[in-house]
Amino acid sequence: MDGIVIIGAGESGTRAAFALREAGYSGAVTLVGAEPHMPYERPPLSKTPDGMVRMKLICPKEALEVAGITYLKGCSVSKLDPAAATVSLSDGQLLGYEKLLLTTGARPRRLACAGAERALDFRTHADAEAIFSNVAPGRRVAIIGAGLIGMELASVLRAKDVTVDVIEAAPKPLGRAVPARFADKLHARHVAEGVRFHFDRSVAEIGDDAVVLSDGTILPADFVVSAIGVQPEITLAEASGLATGNGILTDACLRTSAPNIFAAGDCAAVAQPGGGHIRYESWRNARTQAETAARNMAGAAETFAAIPWFWSDQYDLGLQVAGQPLPAHQSVRRSAPEGELEFYLDDGRLVAAAGLGIGNGLAKHIKLAEMLIAASICPEPVALADPGVNLKTLLKSARAA
Amino acid sequence: MTWVSAGRLEDIEQEGAIRFDHGGRTYAIYRGPDDSVYCTAGLCTHEAIHLADGLVMDFEVECPKHSGAFDYRAGEALRLPACENLKTYPAEVVDGEVRVALG
Repeated sequence: MDGIVIIGAGESGTRAAFALREAGYSGAVTLVGAEPHMPYERPPLSKTPDGMVRMKLICPKEALEVAGITYLKGCSVSKLDPAAATVSLSDGQLLGYEKLLLTTGARPRRLACAGAERALDFRTHADAEAIFSNVAPGRRVAIIGAGLIGMELASVLRAKDVTVDVIEAAPKPLGRAVPARFADKLHARHVAEGVRFHFDRSVAEIGDDAVVLSDGTILPADFVVSAIGVQPEITLAEASGLATGNGILTDACLRTSAPNIFAAGDCAAVAQPGGGHIRYESWRNARTQAETAARNMAGAAETFAAIPWFWSDQYDLGLQVAGQPLPAHQSVRRSAPEGELEFYLDDGRLVAAAGLGIGNGLAKHIKLAEMLIAASICPEPVALADPGVNLKTLLKSARAA
Repeated sequence: MTWVSAGRLEDIEQEGAIRFDHGGRTYAIYRGPDDSVYCTAGLCTHEAIHLADGLVMDFEVECPKHSGAFDYRAGEALRLPACENLKTYPAEVVDGEVRVALG
């Protein structure tokens, strides 16, 4: 028995390594990462005020050393053998483990059109460097996909005076995770900033200096970025016989089908109380699942029950969403000096909230909404809609009740 | 030590914070649940995000972006990813006016 091995040194794996120590685990902790860097944060990759791609480390090297975490960088795992409780690394090492955590993340979904290899992905530091080395005023980019990543990148590139075309197979942008009202507002802002959208079309071919759409439209492009979503990285889990679906299947405690193997972050599909499994792709989820998995590996038996939460920055607008808004929910709007909030009620109970406004001005409201959601309260819609009713007061009343 | 006026206490929500820019720097000024006032550097030590946009509960402020938290009385980092403490500055209320010492 050789302690705990964590496969994947992104946000989730690195956070889990420290959380093991915080949970009192004193055995060996080995963190294995495929990239040749210290663990770094992904959200800053798109924020390049001076044109230089930032590498913001999740922690300094010394912090890993102080915590007694062995970090093996530039190492991929060629084989996982759950029966023998070993992993084989690309450098020839064979690591035994007492418990294993898979935080293998996700990889960009691939385009299937002719010339797909010409499109750049936007996931890693190397991807960001490849994209931003192409950026200069007057250059032309075609972004394939109008999801959060594509739209965020469009906003960053417009600020650098790059001509941006966005191609989307759906009839509108941000159709998956963003409430329609705010997706419409963000779309309008992109149009006002000069982004050209091509909806209901796919890409037939990517050439050297143009993209050909499915309707024959030719869009000149100096470079092309593919942002059509990600797939959970489950190759290793599948090959080793773990149960997988849209992710590595876990129980509510983040334990996979093998008793000593856990999964967390973008790669994990977690069992839900009502049946089925849900996988989330967000910075917060990567961290909170890592913390739960670490505590459980250290001996606890916590079910993962955090409320989903994500943010997106586009131009000077900040979007935050807590919970999972669904079209079937009753929605209640509230205006605020910084922007607009929308609350979502399911049979009277507050289940989600979203806000779009300048910068981070609405963040405190969404945080309070998250606390109200966690408290399972059924607020009066009139109170939610009234900007004069402080959400903090509602929370305190709910807690006192 | 230079004391600077930062506005009226009544303009800060109880258990709230405002951003205060002065001399090319940005600060956050907090009004506690007992109407006491405090001043810290304005940006989260994890990433340069304005803390005045964050949620203030009791004597804690939470960064609006990554949920790092600080005790704003002494600037102590309470929750990751914030791990470096905030610099603090003396603050007081005189006749309803908030003053901070930024020297």
